[in-house]
Amino acid sequence: MELVLAIGMGVLTASGVWLVLRPRTFQVIMGLSLLSYAVNLFIFSMGRLRVGAPAVLNGAEDMAASYTDPLPQALVLTAIVIGFAMTALFLVVLLTARGLTGTDHVDGQENEP
Amino acid sequence: MGLGEHLAILPILLPLLATGGMLFLHERQYKIKSAISLLVVGAVLVVDWMLLLRGTQDTTVYFLGNWPAPFGIVLVADLLSATMLVLAGTLGFCTLLFSLARWDRAGPRFHGLFLLLLMGVNGAFLTGDLFNLFVFFEVLLASSYGLALHGSGSPRVRSGLHYIGINLMASSLFLIGASLIYGAAGTLNMADIALRMDTLAPEDKGIFDTGVTVLGLAFLIKVGMWPLGFWLPATYSAAGAPVAAVFAILSKVGVYAVLRMSALLSVSEVGLSGFFSKWLFAGGIATILYGCVMALSARSFSRVACACVFMSSGTLLCTLSIGTHKVLAGGLYYMMISTLSIGAFFLLIELLNRVRGTNAAVLAEPVFTDEYQDPFEDGEFDEAQGVVVIPAAVALLSGGFLICAILLAGLPPMAGFIGKFAMMTGTLAEKGADSRSAWIFVGFLAFSSLATMVAIVRIGIEALWVPKDEPTPRVAPVEFISIAGLLAVCIVMTVMSGWVMDRMDTMAIFLYDVTHYIHAVLNTTGVPLPLEEVQP
Repeated sequence: MELVLAIGMGVLTASGVWLVLRPRTFQVIMGLSLLSYAVNLFIFSMGRLRVGAPAVLNGAEDMAASYTDPLPQALVLTAIVIGFAMTALFLVVLLTARGLTGTDHVDGQENEP
Repeated sequence: MGLGEHLAILPILLPLLATGGMLFLHERQYKIKSAISLLVVGAVLVVDWMLLLRGTQDTTVYFLGNWPAPFGIVLVADLLSATMLVLAGTLGFCTLLFSLARWDRAGPRFHGLFLLLLMGVNGAFLTGDLFNLFVFFEVLLASSYGLALHGSGSPRVRSGLHYIGINLMASSLFLIGASLIYGAAGTLNMADIALRMDTLAPEDKGIFDTGVTVLGLAFLIKVGMWPLGFWLPATYSAAGAPVAAVFAILSKVGVYAVLRMSALLSVSEVGLSGFFSKWLFAGGIATILYGCVMALSARSFSRVACACVFMSSGTLLCTLSIGTHKVLAGGLYYMMISTLSIGAFFLLIELLNRVRGTNAAVLAEPVFTDEYQDPFEDGEFDEAQGVVVIPAAVALLSGGFLICAILLAGLPPMAGFIGKFAMMTGTLAEKGADSRSAWIFVGFLAFSSLATMVAIVRIGIEALWVPKDEPTPRVAPVEFISIAGLLAVCIVMTVMSGWVMDRMDTMAIFLYDVTHYIHAVLNTTGVPLPLEEVQP
């Protein structure tokens, strides 16, 4: 479980960083999205991984240790919402830049060979 | 309970409510909008002052929803937070006043974005919780994206694209750092984190340190420390004048966050403070040097102003790394002065560029025609409303420019000198006259003054003294008033420097008295429930 999650986050982060460093705006936004997925998974993992445990309290006899930590889930939810809005905003700016400069290069001009 | 107990949330709540209300107003009703935002920013400024006056006696802790501290969300208004709030409010009010002449009509929804920016800044200063710090950072960043693009045009969109991309990366780092700290300490409340530092399990110690470092990286991107700040000049010089002026507070939000974290972490002897402060010092010196080089090579006003932002950030990072209260008091004083004078300088730049006649791309075509209603369909767009042609405009501008230059360079009669002098004497008194790092800091501080002076004088001569046969610039009275307001605050702080320095000293001592902060947050209970009051 840990290994799968770690590899998943690693692959997402690696591809995200590579894409962010590319010269096309579309690649950058894909990279940012992948990075935010990796970060969300990472926040989850910081609440310690537990399989099959409920997230909310449902009875008095249960110990707190038998539940997954609910706080990272709340954090992830907030982070997802914020990340979603920011990606949408970036998309709008990306399209505007494409319209104004006529190219999808991040610097607004093509590199001369 | 009266309004007084809810004081701490008003700087966040008022701008938010006003922004919500503005959604019902059409873009053409800009006069009502400007009145609302002036009123709200003025009210927030009054609340900030009340919090500051209260903060000298005690720390105000506000429990949202009346949940007790480590579980619920708290707002903490101690002396540092309240001072930063007053700084942000003053700068915000004056830049808003400036924008009323013409800038608020250069694109849609200026006032809403401006108020949301202030809300984010105020929230970041007030929150006592790491994750809410993230949320308020996002609020202020989201509205700063909008403001950076305000007025549109190709250069703004191009630099805005970089600005948004870099800050999205920084937000990812912020989340990674915050969640690492949560994973190690099991809490996000700042006071609680400071309390649990010493009882961390040894295997969690490494995770915690990594978290703090990653988080610090995210803050330092905002501060614009040398290798992380290359986005700053492009964004600030492309942004419109009032926007760039109010952005001067954004880098100080980063400084505040670093300061707060380092103060809270200083509670533990085993912390990574030694390692951290060494890097902070090196980064600060590099940032000052970069600012100096940039100032000396600058060919335009906005580049000089950006160089001043770098020098100010670098100086503050150095004072944070030295961290004793005498140096810090000088640093905080310098921070107030440099923020206000950089803000005034950005505003002056636009007027001076009007003198120079190089007001390129001030107002560009709107990007979304369906989104945008031109309030000047029948008139000239470029013409400021309510303009009186002041014959002495250039003279007044020169006077403002002179005061601004003296403040920024830190020459004797003005407050910039007092702040720098306090930092220098504090450093030498603390580290001793044979400390190498102390002399490096003092040397770079002096050199940065020289570089600022050379750059400003050179570019000022070109703008103001070289004869040109252009007509006198048209400057609206509010533009003068706003700049004069910012400079007047600096002058008042110069005149009353003894009193202000005393306050800064108290604040610096207070700041490192972490047990007081922890006690205020964790041992105060919220409002007692009505049920309990009824019981005998």
